Amino acid sequence: MATAITPGIVRSHGLNEEEFERIRTALGRNPNFTELGVFSVMWSEHCSYKNTRLELKKFPTTGPKVLVKAGEENAGVIDIGDGWAVAFKMESHNHPSAIEPFQGAATGVGGIIRDIFTMGARPVLLLDSLRFGPIHGGSSPARKNRRLFAGVVAGIAHYGNCIGIPTIGGEIYFDESYEGNPLVNVFCLGVLRHSEIVRGAAKGVGNPVFYVGSETGRDGLAGAAFASRDLTEESKQDRPAVQVGDPFKGKLLLEACLELLASGSVAGIQDMGAAGLTCSTCETASRGGTGVQIDLALVPQREQGMSPYEILLSESQERMLIIVHRGQEEKVREIFEKWDLPYALVGEVTGDGMMRVLDAGRIEVEIPADILANEAPIYVREVLAPQRPERVSIEEIPQSDAHESLIELLAHPTIASKNWVFRQYDQTVRAGTIVPPGSDAGVFYVREANKILAVTSDCNGLYCKLDPREGARIAVAEAARNLVCSGAAPLAVTDNLNFGNPYRPEIFWQLREAVEGLAEACRKFNIPVTGGNVSLYNQNPTGAVDPTPTVGMVGVVAQESWITQQSFRNRGDVIFLLGPIGDEMGATHYLKVVHGRKEGLPPRLNFELELRVQETLGSLIRHGLVQSAHDCSEGGLGIALAECCISGERRVGAGVRIGNPSDRMDLLLFNETQSRVIISASQENLEAVEKLCAAADAPLTLLGVVGGPDLVVTNGLESLSWSIPELYETWYSSIENAMSSR
Amino acid sequence: MKVRVVVMPKQSVLDPQGVAVRNALKDLGLQTVESVRVGKVLELEFTTVPDEQRLHEICRDLLSNPVIEDYAIRYPSVVTM
Amino acid sequence: MKIAVLQFPGSNCDQDCLRALRDGVRVEADYLWHKDRSVLGFDAVVLPGGFSYGDYLRCGAIARFSPIMKAVVSAAKDGMPVIGICNGFQILCEAGLLPGALIRNQSLHFVCQPVWLRTETAETPFTAKLEKGRLLRMPVAHGEGSYFADSQTLEILESQDRVVFRYADELGQTTSESNPNGSFANIAGICNQERNVLGMMPHPDRAWDRRLGSEDGKLLFESLVANLELAAVR
Repeated sequence: MATAITPGIVRSHGLNEEEFERIRTALGRNPNFTELGVFSVMWSEHCSYKNTRLELKKFPTTGPKVLVKAGEENAGVIDIGDGWAVAFKMESHNHPSAIEPFQGAATGVGGIIRDIFTMGARPVLLLDSLRFGPIHGGSSPARKNRRLFAGVVAGIAHYGNCIGIPTIGGEIYFDESYEGNPLVNVFCLGVLRHSEIVRGAAKGVGNPVFYVGSETGRDGLAGAAFASRDLTEESKQDRPAVQVGDPFKGKLLLEACLELLASGSVAGIQDMGAAGLTCSTCETASRGGTGVQIDLALVPQREQGMSPYEILLSESQERMLIIVHRGQEEKVREIFEKWDLPYALVGEVTGDGMMRVLDAGRIEVEIPADILANEAPIYVREVLAPQRPERVSIEEIPQSDAHESLIELLAHPTIASKNWVFRQYDQTVRAGTIVPPGSDAGVFYVREANKILAVTSDCNGLYCKLDPREGARIAVAEAARNLVCSGAAPLAVTDNLNFGNPYRPEIFWQLREAVEGLAEACRKFNIPVTGGNVSLYNQNPTGAVDPTPTVGMVGVVAQESWITQQSFRNRGDVIFLLGPIGDEMGATHYLKVVHGRKEGLPPRLNFELELRVQETLGSLIRHGLVQSAHDCSEGGLGIALAECCISGERRVGAGVRIGNPSDRMDLLLFNETQSRVIISASQENLEAVEKLCAAADAPLTLLGVVGGPDLVVTNGLESLSWSIPELYETWYSSIENAMSSR
Repeated sequence: MKVRVVVMPKQSVLDPQGVAVRNALKDLGLQTVESVRVGKVLELEFTTVPDEQRLHEICRDLLSNPVIEDYAIRYPSVVTM
Repeated sequence: MKIAVLQFPGSNCDQDCLRALRDGVRVEADYLWHKDRSVLGFDAVVLPGGFSYGDYLRCGAIARFSPIMKAVVSAAKDGMPVIGICNGFQILCEAGLLPGALIRNQSLHFVCQPVWLRTETAETPFTAKLEKGRLLRMPVAHGEGSYFADSQTLEILESQDRVVFRYADELGQTTSESNPNGSFANIAGICNQERNVLGMMPHPDRAWDRRLGSEDGKLLFESLVANLELAAVR
């Protein structure tokens, strides 16, 4: 019962004429319908990166601590010392979350967790970077955004809490550009010994291939191909493309796989994520330089009458493909029966380099694995640079009531406290969270390895919209700055690139600029990229999302006493600004939120200055001179100061003097010049701080003192004062208030 | 043979889900809805007619928690062959 | 002396409990799998938190029927100290070892935050090292932690001094703000009539290491060990 391959069918599979010709040439014949389906997922943007491969090559991926490089396996692995390593990665699940936010986000979490334990690592923490349209107000879009936001958060909570992995940090942005196309980027990190690193390669001709985990159903058919097309009103009908995750099964699978890995019987393991059985089969074969043959009749199924096409393309969750050393099959039976999980011997490793799929003995698919995994066409996309934005000088900005402006910024959900969100996440399971969500970086104690890790995720979409290259450079700088503020030394990066339609030259220009900016910054900071994810076609009927190259960064805190948090600790402590006072107003949140203008040249990053500031901060921390450290980002110094006062367990005021009497208050408070950190130190260390900074030639300004019931900021002439309770209430309850409205 | 077991929270138990649903209904204009309680329905398909006493046991031991829930067994009104 | 930590499919605090015992209190501890049928060789049992059986049907509803629970119920009736934390508490209620039930948080949201607990009685193996009124700091993390019991049961619990912990503020007042889930009478933990079985929603297994922000949870495990040592001597 062969389905005729018509041009229409080829198109509906997301393949163009050229690609179809390539397939015919590679096979030496026409593909059948099932094989077309296989190509459509493996050569889709999501799986093959055909439009972005050339750009991604620009990332620095090597380094003395890199044990598994970007692109080699499901996740990169970095050495953290004493024979221990971490495997981590960030991935997106944007399109499914736009359609069904709860399950879209939940399965995103499930998928990234599997990517980590498939490397042999026990997942120990999660971060998420989320973006939505505005959530305040009674308009229909706002109501929809609230629904998406609530659904995504609930989905992440559902999966993460149930599987027992804490969420210890992240970021959440709200902007019109994300309306209808939320960004859900999830990061997971796992821990393992060097000796435990496992590859997703089908090694050993004759080795048995096992399928383990949930039975296959019709979930998310062709989800990978689905993510490669724009979101339109019609695509809402594509409900079958949304998978339903089961974190309970995910937990059983995680434990069973780790047990199996510990038994030494595994030759290769790969999770079935995007493009499910198809992807895991041909990728393991390709990596192993071998072939894999499976019989679909042996695959555990939970639906009746599934066709080979459906079984191969199904994205049912919580499934793994495991290549076992011949003779050790009994281990699989023992462990998977202990955990009451379905498992089946479905095939074996061959030596002929083919992905061969049988259905009860009849050959359904026979394609060289390499062609599927590595030979997707590589495209060079056109770029079109837009007009460069202009610098915005303070004179062009009307005077605002700076007092009110700070409150307005503090209430903006991008800046306001995210406690409504992370209260719903289990932050403390695994008994390792030292610094929970709410500070500059999450800090976690990995007991097994006796190591302290710090993790953060950053990207200012507004900067990236107006200058993608600079925005990307700053994303890396800010992530590193956040880690250094927490007492860590940055180690490695994972990136999640979220862009619009790559076939639009102005969008591809954004992507290229962002990649080159990320690459440059990573080189300057000597931080390799260990892997990541690209999500394209993030558009909705009104346009593309702001280019958002999210950076996830990991660092190690060498000594427990160096762990530093962002909020002021003691009355009487002195407050310094490490870094320039600044004056750049372009692309600031002040300009956007208070003046309704998303414009201007974003702040310029000076690498040399940034490195100097970070090194000096690190040195101050190592010398025990710092009580708290918080970097300046959205909302500038004003917001950073407010956060230092109100984000800790004990809230406390501060008296600060900055700038000159002739400086406008809004300029001083809200400029977003880079490379700035607010630090507090005890009185007796004041001189030592000044001495160290002078020796390092790092700009330092004594701002004032911690204490008092208010935050008071003066330029010597004008003085503004905010009561701490007022600041706290505004900041703490903003998102909760928005979410409790209908 | 299909048997339905309806499990509802006891009247004395606070049902915040029910309250949330009632408020949502009121927002949709249904002003006359006084209260909502949210429970669950379990559908059991048997190969032969089940023993009634055993069924009640199962309802009490597993399918419901008598501390906080009440259950009711609904048999099919028409016996189909 | 050896303490058992039960493992059900979906338990996710089992490792935390084991570490709290082995590393925190330095007592021998080991897992018991849900399919095991005996607690022989163990002197106390910990039911850890998590989502046993995915919390399907009701939290703890399926776990209570596992083979190991038969053995635990029997041992508990013979006086073995048993502590159920979070999901463990839910399982103990479903198994009938403790009265009442845990229902959905009043806010309908999962809540994870540090809480203050006021110790209501030192007359249990788990609170012997504490005093009545002593405040402890540890995290809660649950979606169904609101303690419910009918008025008769509540009266019995109070009159028999079987409420072991209540949610309180840092001054020791049991206010509604300090109650994270709507539990009746701010109840965070209770014991059975014989006082050898304790169920509590907050996590002492996440408050035994200074790095985690509190070591108060260790006191419960230390009390248990001291109690077992005393019992061994007798």
